Amino acid sequence: MSNNNTLIHIDGLTKTFKKVKVIDNLNRDFLAHERIALIGRNGAGKTTLIRCILGLYEYQGVLEVLGMNPRKEREKILQEVGFVPQIPPPIKMTVKEMLYFFGKLLNKDERKFIGIANDLGLDVAANLNKPFLKLSGGMKQKLLVSFALGRQPRILLMDEPSANLDPKARDVLFQYLSDFDKNALMIISSHRIDEIENIVNRQIEMDLGKIVIDQCL
Amino acid sequence: MFSNSVWQIINLDIRQNLRSKWFWVYSLLFGGFVAVMFATGITESQIIGFVGLSRMMVTFMQVSMAILPIYVLISTVRSVVGDRENNVMEYMLSLPISFSAYFWGKLIAKFVVIFVPVFIALLGAAVWGTITNIDVPWDLFFLYSALLASLVIVFLGISMYISVRVKSQDMAVSTAFIIWLFLVAFIDLILIGIMLKMRGNPDIIIALGMLNPLQVFRTGSLIMFDPELTVMGPVSYYILDVVNRNLFIAFAIFYPIFLGGIFALWGNRLFNRRDIV
Repeated sequence: MSNNNTLIHIDGLTKTFKKVKVIDNLNRDFLAHERIALIGRNGAGKTTLIRCILGLYEYQGVLEVLGMNPRKEREKILQEVGFVPQIPPPIKMTVKEMLYFFGKLLNKDERKFIGIANDLGLDVAANLNKPFLKLSGGMKQKLLVSFALGRQPRILLMDEPSANLDPKARDVLFQYLSDFDKNALMIISSHRIDEIENIVNRQIEMDLGKIVIDQCL
Repeated sequence: MFSNSVWQIINLDIRQNLRSKWFWVYSLLFGGFVAVMFATGITESQIIGFVGLSRMMVTFMQVSMAILPIYVLISTVRSVVGDRENNVMEYMLSLPISFSAYFWGKLIAKFVVIFVPVFIALLGAAVWGTITNIDVPWDLFFLYSALLASLVIVFLGISMYISVRVKSQDMAVSTAFIIWLFLVAFIDLILIGIMLKMRGNPDIIIALGMLNPLQVFRTGSLIMFDPELTVMGPVSYYILDVVNRNLFIAFAIFYPIFLGGIFALWGNRLFNRRDIV
């Protein structure tokens, strides 16, 4: 750990798939209160980096999340991490079951998730008995965002969170992100900086597994 | 006993299975089979002197041996690899769920949804027998229930291992089918007979046969109502020379559990050590 504010510490992180380095010797610290735009074209390594932080990949080098190893202390770390994937997964649970599942698993009040989803424009009550996978892309994204934000995480990871959202929902989401806990770390992966530059204070651009730009905004 | 996340995965997986049409077809198959056997009067027929519910249970076990292994394999091998392929796993494992909780939660849920319908069908037969004044062989009922549970466990363990190991659902299903074919081919007692005629060491041949969980299940279910294993012919001498009936029953119950457990532990270890998506 570099200092008390460091929530993610990366030292020599390398991830290889079939001899191809998708992340190549990355060294960075991500601090509490930082809002990071993770920019880069397809294949730059953004999603792989997020998956390493989530402990989904084996890797070489040092990666500490909240001072812990994300492969070995997953449950402790992930209690504090909210994640929105790029593509909503085809979960077969109904919305009602998902609310129950997340509430029980995360020990949170379901009403918190419902409130955020409603603010984003998803009529939860009208969709309670629909399977998640039958919802439209935008509706799925709204629900996943509500689960990530409703957890009040110390680290928020979002992989293209607004891709499926209509303009109104996008505005609400960005408002939520602007108001997001100032002591937490937020990393938003995106192809473009212009869309999110108003809500971030640091820009990291990746290309071919390396960081090519790292600047405060 | 289990962490909160294991319970949540079990609960989630059972609910998902209950929504599946396959589950209901499978459940109705076993329930319907028992009903048909009663309706067609199989309890009135005889096999080696056995009538009534014993006769029905023997037939039930034969049907289970035909259906359960392939159903367990095909329905389970896609679970982990399927979640990986369609990104469900990426999302689910971004939640505070350990790899082991996810793996064991799925395995336990599968056990419940596969074993419970079979057990209920068998229990239903026993209850119906009680109501209609047919003698219920409770010793056979409990032993057959244990044998069925161990058959489910061994194929669940193998299936979960395959599901973790392979890269795609197609590969998982193909592998499962090949394993099933292989085990079925080596269950055939005629094949063992031919092998004996080829003058191989019979002890080795029979020992190899007894490594096959399907063969163990079949012999175990036979020995419970036919202690001399007369239907198996000369092979019975070799088996009963080595172990007595009670020991073989214990072996038939615990060996598949052990084998399934080994595969499941192996699968879980692999799951914990490789890239998840």
